[in-house]
Amino acid sequence: MEFLLASTVGLMTAAGVYLILRARTFPVVLGLSLLSYATNVFLFASGRLAIDMPPVISATAQGYTDPLPQALVLTAIVISFGMTAVIVVMALRSYLESGSDHVDGVPDRVAHENLESVPGILEDSR
Amino acid sequence: MSLALIVMLPFLGALLPALMIRAGRNACATSTLSVSLLAFLLLLTHAPAVFRGEVVQAGWAWLPQLGLNVNFFLDGLGFFFASLILGIGLLIITYARFYLSKDDPMGSFYSYLLLFQGAMVGIVLSDNILLLLIFWELTSLSSFLLIGYWKHLPEGRQGARMALTITGAGGLSMIAGMMILGHLAGSYDLTVILQHKEAIQASPLYLPALLLILGGCFTKSAQFPFHFWLPHAMAAPTPVSAYLHSATMVKAGLFLMARLWPVLAGTDAWFYLVATTGLITMVIGAWIALFKDDLKGLLAFSTVSHLGLITFLLGLGSPMAAVAAVFHILNHATFKAALFMNAGIIDHEAGTRDIKRLGGLMALMPITGTLALLAAASMAGVPLLNGFLSKEMMLEEAARTIWLGQDWLVPLLATLGAVFSVAYSFRYIVHVFFGKTRDDYPHPPHDPPFGLWGPPALLVVLVVLIGLFPALIAGPLVATVAAAVIGGPLPDYHLALWHGFTPALFMSVIAVALGLTLLWRYPGVRAAWQTAPHPEAKAMFQACIAAAVALAQRLTHGLHNGSLQRHLAFMLGAAVVLGFTAFFEASHGPGSRPLLPATPVAIVGWLLLAAASLAVVRLHRQRMVALLTVGVIGLIVCLGFVYFSAPDLALTQISVEVVTVILLLLALNLLPKETPRESDTGRKWRDGILATLAGLGVGAACWAMITRDAETLSSYYLDKSVPGGGTNVVNVILVDFRGFDTFGEIIVLGIAALTIYALLDGALQGAVGRKLAAWVPDQKRSGDRHPMMLVVATRVMLPLALMVGAYIFLRGHNVPGGGFIAGLVVAIALIMQYMASGFGWAAQRMKVDYHALIGIGVLVAGATGIAAWLADHPFLTSTFDHFHLPLVGEFELASAMAFDTGVFLTVVGAVMLTLANLSRIGRRAECLPVPEAPMDPDLSPTLNKAQEA
Repeated sequence: MEFLLASTVGLMTAAGVYLILRARTFPVVLGLSLLSYATNVFLFASGRLAIDMPPVISATAQGYTDPLPQALVLTAIVISFGMTAVIVVMALRSYLESGSDHVDGVPDRVAHENLESVPGILEDSR
Repeated sequence: MSLALIVMLPFLGALLPALMIRAGRNACATSTLSVSLLAFLLLLTHAPAVFRGEVVQAGWAWLPQLGLNVNFFLDGLGFFFASLILGIGLLIITYARFYLSKDDPMGSFYSYLLLFQGAMVGIVLSDNILLLLIFWELTSLSSFLLIGYWKHLPEGRQGARMALTITGAGGLSMIAGMMILGHLAGSYDLTVILQHKEAIQASPLYLPALLLILGGCFTKSAQFPFHFWLPHAMAAPTPVSAYLHSATMVKAGLFLMARLWPVLAGTDAWFYLVATTGLITMVIGAWIALFKDDLKGLLAFSTVSHLGLITFLLGLGSPMAAVAAVFHILNHATFKAALFMNAGIIDHEAGTRDIKRLGGLMALMPITGTLALLAAASMAGVPLLNGFLSKEMMLEEAARTIWLGQDWLVPLLATLGAVFSVAYSFRYIVHVFFGKTRDDYPHPPHDPPFGLWGPPALLVVLVVLIGLFPALIAGPLVATVAAAVIGGPLPDYHLALWHGFTPALFMSVIAVALGLTLLWRYPGVRAAWQTAPHPEAKAMFQACIAAAVALAQRLTHGLHNGSLQRHLAFMLGAAVVLGFTAFFEASHGPGSRPLLPATPVAIVGWLLLAAASLAVVRLHRQRMVALLTVGVIGLIVCLGFVYFSAPDLALTQISVEVVTVILLLLALNLLPKETPRESDTGRKWRDGILATLAGLGVGAACWAMITRDAETLSSYYLDKSVPGGGTNVVNVILVDFRGFDTFGEIIVLGIAALTIYALLDGALQGAVGRKLAAWVPDQKRSGDRHPMMLVVATRVMLPLALMVGAYIFLRGHNVPGGGFIAGLVVAIALIMQYMASGFGWAAQRMKVDYHALIGIGVLVAGATGIAAWLADHPFLTSTFDHFHLPLVGEFELASAMAFDTGVFLTVVGAVMLTLANLSRIGRRAECLPVPEAPMDPDLSPTLNKAQEA
């Protein structure tokens, strides 16, 4: 069972990494979603795997799994949603502004601007 | 406590001039003056104790774990410097009132000046060396502001930058040195460090600590080869030069050498490093000063030279030399500050500081000329003035110094320095004030108002008085300060005019004679100097900076040319390399934890997830399909949480999943639906290999982790949960044990939602808004009515869904549920209304202010936390009790419930704000009118046109 879980974490990471390296914003957003799944499951698994032992105190329970990673992951899931939402809206806004959904806006122009802006810091000491 | 107040007053008072400038320039200067005066008077109240030889201490612990305490102490040395800083500060403030022109922003000038003053006083009164370092850096920063005060002048900006670079770099070196020193002494408190001379000097770390600390002192006090920043800092207004560059900041390095003298001095390393540097600086500074035509430039290099003189005396390491150093610090502060102010007056009244354009001013400006005459003669070391006394003491010490077995070298160099010093001092007098009166001054020169000549006159009076009656005027002060520097018994010395025919007197006579000869033959000397090469420090400095910038540019652009893909690939590649390096360098063994058997259900789930992951990668160009496949993965993860005993996670995951898919669908409505093929095969392979390696690494790490047992904190939470008020441990952790985390997290969520609102709201205006209004949908709309089944079902289900939300919320503390999940469930129920009848129709009927909801949520959660303070408990301490109500029966109320309400409200608000605004954008793009009935189709004029076309 542990192998199944570890391999899914690996698979989701690989798929996520491949997608965030794409050139368009939407696949990057999907890739980030996949990476957050992988991270959340990884973090959750740090409490080790246990079946039928939810951390809800009761007289009949046979044991409890580690509650702390669960609490951390619960907030992580909600925050991942917030992050995904911000990123996708940024992607949308940048698409509306520039007319391209390339991750660098209009790719060549932006890269060029960055190169131009740097030497300016020397101007005034000349 | 009043010690801390002396330091804090200038900082607090720094606000005053910035505010008072509205009441006029006099009010501004007066308020600044009163702040300084108050601090000065407070300092003087301690004078009796200090002169009795007591050490006044005050302070409190700040970060005791780091050894950082806010400790101040006042002994002779601290008192001496603090009174120099505050006393000369008073004169400078007065002088600056008349010096600054109407166009100069006086409020910010005085604010910077007070900041600087506070930082300087902090340095000299700090007992803790870490605290001292903080003030040390503050002087670098505030002097940067002061030097660059005339922002419109490029020299000012460049000088400020150079000063900051050099003194800042020295500050870094000093931090490292102080850390070593504190480590050696076992404490960062100066009073303790000063007791550990033997332990520190015996340590092998003594030399590195010494070098690093001297790095800080030499840069700050402009010692060779770091002296070049000081002349460039003269681009500052003259009051700044007089204050920072004669009396205070450049003396900070000297102060520190004097302060640490008892522990660091006395070794060969100290002698050869400090005395040699000082001597070289003294000679070179004086030599260059002789050829400076700018009055302030001349004074700047003369300052460098005198700082070298004092450094040399401190470097000798003998108590007698330390007394001489202290005396010369006092004398130099008086005559040099007076001279700087004098140069400012000439600049102000004659319109230039260029010696070549001046001359014959004595007749036109008799007061200024007399003051300059006295102060410069003192600088030259003419008898009956204070400069003579301490220079005599220096020559006396130099005459006895043997350097690497040579007894003639140091006396010779010291005399040489004195020769140049006499020459440039008299040049200041002769070339400016004597000679023929000219008729081509830029302004007709005349004596300034009293406000400008009063402060230097006061200093010149001191110059003369100390020179005539040294033992009476300066004796007690010098004795007290020298005792603090030496940290032991004072040597036998006399502050007197006449010591008999000593070697020093002989050297003085030679110096005056040769110095005057140099000035007499000045044109010839200058011609000889001009043929010699002069390395230009500014050019070298700028070449260094330019090289550093070029290197940084090459590195940055090589790694990151603005392309996100490239940036991410480098980052991931680095992570992969780091991870695998660590993996291959460690030992490996299988985990010992017994494994769970794989069940058929789990295998099916795994297969589905694996297939979906591959499918996303394969199909990511068709965005809709890819999105749905990601949804599938999310659902399987959710099932996994159920399977592995995490019901809360499963509930959260499934509701977040729903919301996320809706969100992405809404975004996809406006984004292109397909991704074009862009990556070439090489790029695909590169990314594929990176992804595979990353996946393998993370998977293996996960495997290694979960096949091993580990000690965890879980038993603590499991034991304390029921006494804490709930049986659902996860929820109790969230709202109680780690409530502060959760509080931070809902704030983050709220900010994320507001960010989204700002991003989208901005898209409705300006050029983007017009573009959006002209948007043509890239997909056909069905034009159907909203399905009646959905409309009816969501209306009927709304109360039910809200009830479920309330139920999940209330039970959360004991069984799976809670604020997060309830918030998501309620948000989904509300979104269903939008989906059923369209955003426009639903938005008209649900007028909830989601911004307010987020704000109320955070406030409620925060108020719950603060309520704990009222009961004298830490923030967010929770409490609970059981109550009995008729009909309802026994129930529990916990304060954590109120906190969870805050979480609930924030989550609902954040989710709804995000989705509602995305919908609003979509509607704007399609120009949809608000339909009248719940099932009317969303049809827009542009859409119809597009479809007809």
